[in-house]
Amino acid sequence: MRWGVVVFPGSLDDRDALRAAGCVLGDEAVALWHKDRDLGGVDCVILPGGFSYGDYLRCGAMAKFSPIMEAVARHVRDGGLVLGICNGFQILCEAGLLPGALVRNRSLSFVCEPVTVRVETAETFFTHGCRAGEVLELPVKHGEGCYVADEATLAALEREHRVVFRYTDRAGRPTPEANPNGSLQNIAGLCSAERNVVGLMPHPEHAVEHLTGGADGLRLFRSVEAWVARGAAAGPAASAPG
Amino acid sequence: MSRAVSAEVADEHGLTREEWGRIVALLGRPPTLEELGVFAVMWSEHCSYKSSRAFLRQLPTRGPRVLQGPGENAGAVDLGDGHAAVFKIESHNHPSFVEPFQGAATGVGGILRDVFTMGARPIASLDSLRFGSLDHPRTPYLVKGVVAGIGHYGNSIGVPTVGGEISFDPGYDHNILVNAFTLGVAPADRLFRARAAGVGNPVIYVGARTGRDGIHGASLLASAALDATSEEKRPAVQVGDPFTEKLLLEACLQLMQGDDIVAIQDMGAAGLTSSSVEMAGRGGMGIVLELDRVPLREEGMTAYEILLSESQERMLLVAQAGHEAAVAEVFARWDLEAAVVGRLTDDGVFRARWRGEEVCALPVAALTEAAPVYRRPAEEPARLEELQRLDPAEIPEPADHGQALVRLLESPNLCAREWVYRQYDHLVGGNTVVRPGADAAVVRLEGTRRALALTVDCNSRYCRLDPYLGAVLAVVEAARNLVAVGARPLAVSDCLNYGNPEKPDVMWEFQQGVQGIRDACVALDTPVVSGNVSFYNETEGRNIPPTPTIAMVGLLDDVEAHLTPWWKAEGDVIVLLGRTREELGASEYLAVLHGLVRGAPPWIDLEAERRLHRLCLAAAEERLPRSLHDVGEGGLAVALAECSFGGPGLGVRVDLEQGIRTDALLFGESQSRMLLSLPRRHLGRLRDLARREDVPLTILGEVRGRSLVIGDVIDLPLEATRERWRRALERRLGG
Repeated sequence: MRWGVVVFPGSLDDRDALRAAGCVLGDEAVALWHKDRDLGGVDCVILPGGFSYGDYLRCGAMAKFSPIMEAVARHVRDGGLVLGICNGFQILCEAGLLPGALVRNRSLSFVCEPVTVRVETAETFFTHGCRAGEVLELPVKHGEGCYVADEATLAALEREHRVVFRYTDRAGRPTPEANPNGSLQNIAGLCSAERNVVGLMPHPEHAVEHLTGGADGLRLFRSVEAWVARGAAAGPAASAPG
Repeated sequence: MSRAVSAEVADEHGLTREEWGRIVALLGRPPTLEELGVFAVMWSEHCSYKSSRAFLRQLPTRGPRVLQGPGENAGAVDLGDGHAAVFKIESHNHPSFVEPFQGAATGVGGILRDVFTMGARPIASLDSLRFGSLDHPRTPYLVKGVVAGIGHYGNSIGVPTVGGEISFDPGYDHNILVNAFTLGVAPADRLFRARAAGVGNPVIYVGARTGRDGIHGASLLASAALDATSEEKRPAVQVGDPFTEKLLLEACLQLMQGDDIVAIQDMGAAGLTSSSVEMAGRGGMGIVLELDRVPLREEGMTAYEILLSESQERMLLVAQAGHEAAVAEVFARWDLEAAVVGRLTDDGVFRARWRGEEVCALPVAALTEAAPVYRRPAEEPARLEELQRLDPAEIPEPADHGQALVRLLESPNLCAREWVYRQYDHLVGGNTVVRPGADAAVVRLEGTRRALALTVDCNSRYCRLDPYLGAVLAVVEAARNLVAVGARPLAVSDCLNYGNPEKPDVMWEFQQGVQGIRDACVALDTPVVSGNVSFYNETEGRNIPPTPTIAMVGLLDDVEAHLTPWWKAEGDVIVLLGRTREELGASEYLAVLHGLVRGAPPWIDLEAERRLHRLCLAAAEERLPRSLHDVGEGGLAVALAECSFGGPGLGVRVDLEQGIRTDALLFGESQSRMLLSLPRRHLGRLRDLARREDVPLTILGEVRGRSLVIGDVIDLPLEATRERWRRALERRLGG
């Protein structure tokens, strides 16, 4: 399959995402420049981690106006796959492609550490290779990862099974101690109503090799590969809500 | 020409009357205000190394792997497969004391530029931080500000902060130390240097615009002691913009793939002035600057301000004539400005023009080669001999050794550093193999099976009690930390932090420190390839303890063979390599449990240390140990606890061989010792290797259970003890 990783000025984990998709998975992976207006026919777009445009105003607030984001929005409307990691998740929320927002960590400090998250639904292109309820270890590293949304949005997310990952302890309990940033309902990642856009704060691209700290993220990327392969065989990729 | 100035103006610039006389004699006339400003920064201690230069020549700087020694933006060593490691450590002490967040942030920004200026992509950073006592009311504010500042810059630019050190001593109450280190990787045959060449070649300014920040940072802030008015020098601290630096980094590295650049230098201390003068000086060229073309951030700036601004995220480069458009195109892609601000000449003169007038016309050699060199008087302080005396009979054994261990594990210098490094992105780049918290960090070399190990070390209590031995031990500890992760030590970058060099006892400490580094680096075969001297770490007559911070880089041929300190498997045998002597002097134990800073630092035999390294590396190559850890501050008991605290969290049961005092056995800091665990079946082979290298080997016990059991004097529950160790720093900082 073909992955595209968007490079904004200030993107930092773009090279890591390209390595995960290209070197580790062995797929075709291309960098997409923020000034481009075309996605070059990629199957899945990754909006990577970093501080796009410095994020001096508000995380993701500038990136949503970049030319490439128009193409990303079109890709989403056409049912294409988009994955937003960390700053990419923030951008997706700013751009209205996912609901809610990510604000300053409750601790007011940047946090870089491994966390455990529970897979809440296997009904997405990103998690269908996992079982719901399974616990994965992935690193987080962010200063503004506290997920907030109004009550109606939170209720809808839960009702429609759109919370994809939740911070939990190793036993899968969503405790306050397991929540690194104060996110409401321990939400670590979610998907769009059509389930083709996934955003998450943890970094699966930093968990693809045992040498550098675990390979739980690899299964998520493999899910996307399998999804695309199946879609290529069977037509459109969107799945019914689970 | 602008109007000449008088000797009084030179006083305000921090120049002595003697230096003023020398300037007038060199020029044959009094300088203009702009020229005086240029002299003041170029002849400042910070830029000219006038008090240290004569002594730094003693350091070993050559070796078969050295591609670039001291004198460039950073040093470089050959890694043997077409790659070069480019690295340097630098101080940002006074700015960080005056404004901790921006001071520390711009320290990181500056060292990153030094490295990518050489054509290297930065892949890892370290920081060595020294604060005053945690009981001093200002310390928590400074710690939080500095850590947040380092995080702000490092996290926003995508270079992982993979390790470092932080320590507390009342000697830094009024003058903290912030030493930042960065390592980058470049093709070995494509290192860029700051040597101007080619008459008529354009001088191009790239990056952020010039503002009024940081004027006289190098001369007045970095090259003078701090005092009660130092906070008023805040305007001399620069403000960092990591986003612009990230763009600058990418643009420079992209440009460096072509052949447009002749020379390049970061505009760091003394900004446009030092970058242009130094590039011209190294190449034996002259340079003309058109100050009207410098991109400015504010209205109404003067030529003087433009020349001396230390605004961050700027670079000066010399391009091939005719390549101006190619350079501009690359920078435009990254939304950065590139302005031709001058050209090279063959007259050896540094000229600056402003509004149709020549405001500077100074022979480059007068600013560089003719800068003063001082051999300042040096004298051993009288108090030292008294301080080194220690009568063990006056030191009572603790009533409860277990409680003594807990107090050490909770003490500011030995407790966990997690509170610090969880605020740093230590993962970005995807090559961090050993994360912060081990003896050294290990970073894989992208696309290879090899890896680099990095560490930064200094025990300033050792240096205070014996400035020579302390410096030797700083080098030795750094090397041992690299060996502990399975790496061969390659080379050093040193950051020499001392007090006021005009004081004979400080100058003596400095000379002793340089000799110590020299002797240890020669013995361990680790040349010094880059570094920095920071003098005037003095506040109202109080000088800091001598602090020669040693950053060392090592190489692992097989990244899979790296080691960590943590026990891996129940039942593994725990072995101590090296000999424990009855040495309590200068120890953390004496300081924490007895409130004493005295005695001589532990004894060292550099040849024995080398043999220990050879043994450990041979054992690691044969994959005998499952864990390896340096026995350092806090001694054997602390080292045993540390091995239990990480990884799977396994306990220990070890016996104590008697013969010396129990506290010395548990907490003494005898050198040349390593702690390792291994499966019992490998023990015979390890013994053979130890015999070959003539290193004493003692079987202490085994990895077992969930408690720390040491002889019949210590029995502590692992989990609860670890929590106290882990939370101590955060608790002391007040959350």
